[in-house]
Amino acid sequence: MVCEMETDQIEEMDVEVLSSMWPDDVGTQADNQFNVEKPAGDSDTLKEVDIAEKRTMADLKRLPELLNTTDQGSSQLTNLVRQWEYMQDHAVRLLREELKILTRQREEAEAKELKIIEEHNFETEEPENVPVLDETSHLFRRFRQKKRDELVDSKRVVIDEEFDTVAYWKQKALSLEKMLEASTERERRLIEKLNESLKTMESHSAPVEELTQNLKRAEGFLHFILQNAPIVMGHQDKDLRYLFIYNKFPSLREQDILGKTDVEIFHGGGVKESEDFKREVLEKGKASKREITFETELFGSKTFLIYVEPVYNKAREKIGINYMGMEVTDQVRKREKMAKLREDNAVRKAMESELTKTIHITEETMRAKQMLATMSHEIRSPLSGVVGMAEILSTTKLDKEQRQLLNVMISSGDLVLQLINDILDLSKVESGVMKLEATKFRPREVVKHVLQTAAASLKKDLTLEGNIADEVPILVVGDVLRIRQILTNLISNAIKFTHRGKVGIKLKVISEPSFAGDKEQNETSVWICCDVYDTGIGIPENALPCLFKKYMQASADHARKYGGTGLGLAICKQLVELMGGQLTVTSQVNLGSTFTFILPYKVATSDDHSDDQDEFSDMVDHHQPEPDDTTEGYFQFKALLGSIYSNGGPVMGSNFLPHKAMLTSPIKLINGSVADPSNSSGQSQTVQVENGGYMDESESAHQYGNGNGHRCSSKESESCSSSQASSEMESELTVSSPREEEKTETEVKETSQPKILLVEDNKINIMVAKSMMKQLGYTMDIANNGVEAINAVKDTSYDLVLMDVCMPVMDGLKATRLIRSFEESGNWDAAIEAGVDIKTSESEQGCERSTDRLPIVAMTANTLAESSEECYANGMDSFISKPVTLQKLKECLQQYLQ
Amino acid sequence: MDTLVAQLQRQFRDYTISLYHQLFWYVKGFLDDQFTELKKLQDECSPDFVAEVVSLFFEDCEKLIGNMARALDQTGNVDFSLVGSSVHQLKGSSSSVGAKRVKGLCVTFKECCDSQNFEGCVRCLQQVDIEYKSLKAKLQDLFNLEQQIVQAGGRIPQVDI
Repeated sequence: MVCEMETDQIEEMDVEVLSSMWPDDVGTQADNQFNVEKPAGDSDTLKEVDIAEKRTMADLKRLPELLNTTDQGSSQLTNLVRQWEYMQDHAVRLLREELKILTRQREEAEAKELKIIEEHNFETEEPENVPVLDETSHLFRRFRQKKRDELVDSKRVVIDEEFDTVAYWKQKALSLEKMLEASTERERRLIEKLNESLKTMESHSAPVEELTQNLKRAEGFLHFILQNAPIVMGHQDKDLRYLFIYNKFPSLREQDILGKTDVEIFHGGGVKESEDFKREVLEKGKASKREITFETELFGSKTFLIYVEPVYNKAREKIGINYMGMEVTDQVRKREKMAKLREDNAVRKAMESELTKTIHITEETMRAKQMLATMSHEIRSPLSGVVGMAEILSTTKLDKEQRQLLNVMISSGDLVLQLINDILDLSKVESGVMKLEATKFRPREVVKHVLQTAAASLKKDLTLEGNIADEVPILVVGDVLRIRQILTNLISNAIKFTHRGKVGIKLKVISEPSFAGDKEQNETSVWICCDVYDTGIGIPENALPCLFKKYMQASADHARKYGGTGLGLAICKQLVELMGGQLTVTSQVNLGSTFTFILPYKVATSDDHSDDQDEFSDMVDHHQPEPDDTTEGYFQFKALLGSIYSNGGPVMGSNFLPHKAMLTSPIKLINGSVADPSNSSGQSQTVQVENGGYMDESESAHQYGNGNGHRCSSKESESCSSSQASSEMESELTVSSPREEEKTETEVKETSQPKILLVEDNKINIMVAKSMMKQLGYTMDIANNGVEAINAVKDTSYDLVLMDVCMPVMDGLKATRLIRSFEESGNWDAAIEAGVDIKTSESEQGCERSTDRLPIVAMTANTLAESSEECYANGMDSFISKPVTLQKLKECLQQYLQ
Repeated sequence: MDTLVAQLQRQFRDYTISLYHQLFWYVKGFLDDQFTELKKLQDECSPDFVAEVVSLFFEDCEKLIGNMARALDQTGNVDFSLVGSSVHQLKGSSSSVGAKRVKGLCVTFKECCDSQNFEGCVRCLQQVDIEYKSLKAKLQDLFNLEQQIVQAGGRIPQVDI
């Protein structure tokens, strides 16, 4: 029972101790804060906790009042009273316990006494006259001794005297009396002690004492916490006047604050906001936190995290607010910095990822384009083989249906070839591989040549005209090859879509266009506007926007009817833009279209050769034999219909003509669809056409339909679908007879071995090629480089030149260009100018040679540097990829030598 | 005697095939069709055509490799275009005789030259040197076999690859 009680007490004690601990109260009951354990009317104790002394402020008179009147104050008190009661209970319980023990002891003592008395009574009856005098001192000594040994033993009294003598009884009575006395004395002392204890206990456990202790503890804790806390605490009444404030760093004295509102105390940013916030809390009755930045003269710029809670009185009426503020300026600054950093980071990351994406896309695009270019290149070679074989096949005896099928096959193949060439061109421009060359050239000659070439293959009754304004300089610098390509492309396009009337080129000088921007403009540069106009079918307005887009034609219908890859105009536009110009188009349906491109050129004077960077560059149009050509401003050409002869019918022998331009496919063949009336059935019967910018007339004679296709460039083959126009021409074609020139040439060939020149620097290649030639039954001359080749060509009339591209001294491209220049101009001035030592030759055949075109076949190692485009662009007719095989050589010879 | 010829002929055939064959997907054969092409060019009028061309080729190789080694030896001042032109020559020659591996190496070599990759060039040069020498040895063996067949009175068999 005792045990149980004790444990209970201990438990209760624990609870009590916990509940009276300040920190726990702070933690669990927010409203305790510093109103804690403030008993009613005990203002004195609070005064002891004079926080104001430690650089703080508090209205101590108001505080107890506040505590008395507010809800929290009362609850606080209730709590304290409860606590006190607990403690009282405990004390009482303890005392009772002690009392119980004492009572028990007393009872025991009394019982003992009774027993002794009984015993004594019993004994005293007998020894009444016991002699005690002499023995007393001794007995007493012994008794004391006994008593000291064991209190319990005191019951047993040992008496030395003889039993039942007077002395004995006397002695016994004496000792018992003494024991009784001692016991009584002890009892008295205990009672005394008990009373004393009760008294002290009562005085000790007075509530004031207890509460004072608690308050002291709380004060100590508060003091400890607040001493260094960077906080402001305050209480404001419902008018938001300060009734109490604690501030760690007061810059105002207490009297400056108490009784005033924020607005009355401070001025500046944030004051109003905090006031409003407090009011809001007061109205809503809900505690809340807010961060407010103050911008006051007093503090400067400071951010406070403010906590405001409403305070109620016992009647649950709002009487004001408590507020606590902590300065978080640095934290806010840090936080803002962090946020900014984070934001910057995010932005940067986003940018980075965007950039990587862009880079990735660009890389992918480049790779894809490069891949396309490579693939196109790879596809072209075998395709050439396919087309070539098909062409050979078409020379054999075939029936109508077979021929028809074959024609489709060839034209499709050629279309693919054309497409690939265009793709290569485009990807070159787009990937920036396309390099522009600065070459001197005469615009008039270029226009004339382009028109001449176009006229040569013209199958329609069209007038081609060129009109060059007088102010256009005679000699300008630009990339003549590209310009020629653009012109040819546009002209062939115009011819393709024009069935009667005119197609022409007009050149005039214009002032610097607005789009040229702030590009450096020196006086030697000139903007030339070139119009390519026609009187053709025109382009509907809605088709204009997509005209220059890749793979687009004005309409699907047109595409079907006119064929073409749909890349030509896109290439033209890209080339023009690459050269810093602009290509535009105006058109009216059924009236015609005009393609206009404006380009900047440098004006070159005809005698500043010393400045010329590329000495060979101007060979193309330089040194024209006819002086009027350089200034002539108007040309006109008509279709060379008279020269058209029939190649129809199954006999194809006459197809292999000497000096015929050969392009792209190793075997040049003009199909004989003309002779087949079924072809003119109006369906889109395709006809193979080969067209070189430098096509000779005999070739043009075979051509059927439109020689220069929609997307044809000067150096590329082209296939076009024949339109109805072709059938119109048919009768003329069939009745016309082969030209005389052809006959004589053929006769010459029959009588003598064809003369072949191999230009090659590699001994092994020479050896192999020579051996192959031998096996094919030919012999050939060897030149080791371009210069030797030019000399050889000059001295001997060759039927075919096989030209290596990459050679020391002078490469094949340059040599070819110089040879072509000779063919055009009839003299070797360009070559001489280029530094070739032209040996004076006896056999001067320049004049007649200039009309013929010497077939030059490139031998390329199929590397990027030796692209076939470049071969064509430089005037080569075809190419054989290395290593040269017997079969390739045989095909080539078959093609060019008959 | 006939068995010897037959044996030699078979040996010749196997050996020729092995030269063309790709051992693994990454190990190219020594020769390609261009070599066959050369063989076709050999006839009664020029019975030693292939041997002549090939020896010319090897002379060429030696010379070009020497040139390139010299050019690459100019530390810090390598004329890559000079090396490049030699590589080009070598590529042309090797492609003409059908020296497939040498030709393949030349492509890589040329790329290294174009990108001015010195280490790459040196590596390629060493590789080319090894390749042409091993090809030389192989072809020497092949010609020896041919001679043995001829001496034994047999005909050199046509080997279809």
